[in-house]
Amino acid sequence: MHEAGIIQSVLSVAEEKAQTSGATGITVIRLKIGTLTGVVEESLQHAFDVLKQGTLASRASLNVQYIHGSVFCSVCQKEFTTSDLLCICPVCGTPGHEIRSGMEMDIVSLDII
Amino acid sequence: MCDDCGCGQAHDHHHDHEHDHHDHGHSHKHNHEHAHDPHDDIQVQEVEVNTPIFAANDRIAERNRGFFAAHDLFVANIVSSPGSGKTTLLARTIELLAPDLRTGVIVGDLETDLDASRIRTTGAPVYQITTGQLCHLDAKMVAHAVKNLDMKALDLLMIENVGNLVCPAGFDLGENVRIVLLSVTEGEDKPLKYPPMFRFADAVVITKTDLSAYVDFNREKTIENILTVNPLASIFELSAKSGEGMKEWCDYLKNYAGQ
Repeated sequence: MHEAGIIQSVLSVAEEKAQTSGATGITVIRLKIGTLTGVVEESLQHAFDVLKQGTLASRASLNVQYIHGSVFCSVCQKEFTTSDLLCICPVCGTPGHEIRSGMEMDIVSLDII
Repeated sequence: MCDDCGCGQAHDHHHDHEHDHHDHGHSHKHNHEHAHDPHDDIQVQEVEVNTPIFAANDRIAERNRGFFAAHDLFVANIVSSPGSGKTTLLARTIELLAPDLRTGVIVGDLETDLDASRIRTTGAPVYQITTGQLCHLDAKMVAHAVKNLDMKALDLLMIENVGNLVCPAGFDLGENVRIVLLSVTEGEDKPLKYPPMFRFADAVVITKTDLSAYVDFNREKTIENILTVNPLASIFELSAKSGEGMKEWCDYLKNYAGQ
């Protein structure tokens, strides 16, 4: 996916928040990312390790909570969980398009010093 | 003005300096008799953020959306793999729409203004964005590009995104509809391989239908795969070259842009 772009946006928001809070450093950045966004964990971590250099987060660790996809099947009238981007109901095989969770891409909180 | 802190209050006010005090420095002012973890004395504070990672782009996209609505302008974001026929389709569409709709175009490419030049031959106002290395357009680029077009003189704005079937799906530009092109030469399984982009689409346009026979294009399977990923997508099949299917596509745009 777009891990480098995601990390650039994360660092931009994190630094601004840290600065307005009067911090001199960030030790942890917590993210919530849905598995249906297609973000690859290793790529995200690698991009973070590289791009955090020279920022307030240069010593920070990245803490990501991955949220599984939850899709509503209009035929079964029930939700099913999936990490598969195709979102096909495991019970009836109907493709689901009502994604209720799994598309999150949020910065949750920071630990600052 | 107060001489101590520069504020406008009278001289007898109290100076409270708590707000200047950072806790991290004090740990090294006392005597160390033993080794300790430097982090012990540093006060770590958790700060809530709770913001979408792309909040900045989304904010600009909404601003764009409002701006377009205020000008009664209908905006389409056109995405596809490189080579699916975006530029050719846009040029032909503009010509066919010309009696009814005034169309403007923003084109995104890494380099050159070749696409913009081709579309400009139709007489439509065109602005080219060269992104350098960036593989998609974002709302900020579109906001800037729009300043170079006279919105009052347009009914329809087509944004030809960078040829890329992955990244543009993550970036709201402020458009009204998202159109994904899929040429018959690309294979019927493309939607299954790139779910985010096809789910992102409001309409999927199957292009270059004049080549179907030469590439054993499986029409039924392609449509089935599109609807598997996005049951709600409108589907068009056309050839900008032969003219087949162009009427239905133009009617779709006229219907939206005319409102």
